[in-house]
Amino acid sequence: MSTHYDTPVSSTAEREAVIRNAGLAPEEDWVIVTRGIQRDYDMGGEVVHALRGVDLAIRRNEYVAIMGPSGSGKSTLMNLIGCLDTPTAGEYWLNGMLVSDMSDDELARVRNREIGFVFQTFNLLPRATALHNVELPLVYAGIPSQERKRRATAALERVQLGDRAHHRPNELSGGQRQRVAIARALVNEPAILLADEPTGNLDSGTSAEIMRVFESLATEGQTVIMVTHEADIAAHASRIVVLRDGRISSDERRDTFAARVALAQAAH
Amino acid sequence: MSFLEAIRLALSQIRAHKLKSFFTLLGVTIGVMFLIAVVAVINGMGRYMEEEFAGKLMGVNTFTLRHRPYFEMNTTDEEWRSYARRQRIMRHDVEPVVAALPPDILWAIESRDNIPVSTKDMRPRDVEAFAVDGQFFEIRSLNAATGRLIAPHEFAMGAKVVVIGQDVKKRFFPTTEALGRELRIGGVPYRIIGVMEEQGSVFGLSVDKFVVAPMNSPMARLLNRRFGVIDGIILKSNSMLGMQEGMERVRQVMRGRHKLRPSQPDDFSIETTESALTFWAKIENILVMAGVVLPALGLLVGAIVIMNIMLVAVAQRTREIGIRKSLGARRRDILSQFLVEAATLSTIGAAFGILLGMGLAAIVEQASPMPASVAPWSVVTAVILGAGVGIISGMYPAARAARLDPIVALRQEL
Repeated sequence: MSTHYDTPVSSTAEREAVIRNAGLAPEEDWVIVTRGIQRDYDMGGEVVHALRGVDLAIRRNEYVAIMGPSGSGKSTLMNLIGCLDTPTAGEYWLNGMLVSDMSDDELARVRNREIGFVFQTFNLLPRATALHNVELPLVYAGIPSQERKRRATAALERVQLGDRAHHRPNELSGGQRQRVAIARALVNEPAILLADEPTGNLDSGTSAEIMRVFESLATEGQTVIMVTHEADIAAHASRIVVLRDGRISSDERRDTFAARVALAQAAH
Repeated sequence: MSFLEAIRLALSQIRAHKLKSFFTLLGVTIGVMFLIAVVAVINGMGRYMEEEFAGKLMGVNTFTLRHRPYFEMNTTDEEWRSYARRQRIMRHDVEPVVAALPPDILWAIESRDNIPVSTKDMRPRDVEAFAVDGQFFEIRSLNAATGRLIAPHEFAMGAKVVVIGQDVKKRFFPTTEALGRELRIGGVPYRIIGVMEEQGSVFGLSVDKFVVAPMNSPMARLLNRRFGVIDGIILKSNSMLGMQEGMERVRQVMRGRHKLRPSQPDDFSIETTESALTFWAKIENILVMAGVVLPALGLLVGAIVIMNIMLVAVAQRTREIGIRKSLGARRRDILSQFLVEAATLSTIGAAFGILLGMGLAAIVEQASPMPASVAPWSVVTAVILGAGVGIISGMYPAARAARLDPIVALRQEL
């Protein structure tokens, strides 16, 4: 697979250094640092350990794919990184903030300001126009209407959908819908773009189109974290994290041998 | 999210589900409609009461002396028996009462009852028959349209003459001249000497269906069997102060004549226009209470419907709630979104109710003799109730929506 883009990848040593300083805010450059995060679920008296201590450090501008078979804990990790959930134990620093101790409303604020979600099922409001969907995060950020329109329009233009602003989701193709969702994710200029199986509901042609959008965002300097179980999709990222049984089993540059093995294994 | 934003959102939701919204707010609409209409009718009646009824029935600065109150409701059996035991007002009470009063006070005595009257060729009809003496016509401001009033010598002699109201004239002499003709009352012929000017109606009941004859005429026996008994004395002063002074003097005279000890209560009643209005106020309270039940039921139903619909909406829009939360909506954003939606819905319901209620009041006004006038306070109350019902019934569904876990909510199938 040819790489016509190149995003920086942090080295293993750098990451280990950051993770080691438990309790200390990481340097500004590190947008995500988790230190031994665990997540337990109480399933009717039986405790399920979905994450058993994940150490992850992601530097600004990295393009990371998180892979793993179902049940590996990648959804749980995504929910934690996305501040939809908080860990049972461990620290999670997002953009210099200790998110793991936050209240519900503080988490909502962090989701609003720091995270742009792209979901497998797009998750657009069906009755709202593309423009209105993109405006939504700005509504909750308390941005006045004029400014919202301006910024939402700009975000739609960034994904080449400026001419579809007043269409509703059901008037758009799958790829266009996902691009609206990407525009929505970008509109608040978040610290990370968090994509959960972004091509899971798309055909291969459209998938390629969406991956090109991610690539160009990544080269523009947007931190992108993508959760997927598809190896060829993960192969677009410059760094690949593989989860297994609630732990990170490998964390490599895409072009290393280990990463290629992991990709190959995941593909089977 | 700002309040305005929430309202805009609510309106777009309501617009998106027009039929559902319509049924949802029906209960509130009906409740408010009845509230407005019932209050309008009661309010109109009250105004009417103050402006016309009291004046027509009693007259200003006028008071009556009777053995029992005329304007009273809910008389208990006990009270009734005690009234029945009371001494009646007698003709020989009149002279001492009048003597005790300042000379500028007008007085009249009256007895009245519904009795049948007839003519030679017409079947008997019930009319309000008055046997009177004194300045009855002056006090009641009754003027003859044709003919004349009863003259002093006719009063003195008990002449068999009557003056009749417009309705009696129309009933018995629809096309012919009534003056000089004969009206039979209790089998005795009376000569009609005057026809009164039209008085109009009170609550749609004509007050022109009456005949007036001298107290000394035989008709009095039909109204009070016992000789010398009269229904009461009407007294009219030319001022409020004169009236109050007169009332006190009449009280003293009557207490003396009935030989009441200071500890004993009055065994007669003196009433003014005020009594009539107090009487009305009591009726009004009962009407208002009865009138509140209907709207309250409507609003209760409305509240239940809204709560139900909002719960359904929360269930149906779980995914939307999840999306909004993932994009940074806080609990209070979701809470206010659903609260505002419920409140907007029911306020719109209330607004329709106000319009329909006004329409209903106008129809009542047109179609019945009852006057109706929409009370501003009822409109304000309706709006507050509308919003309140929405907020209260939206509280629980909104709280449920706000508490949803975004991960669970996002997982819901569309």
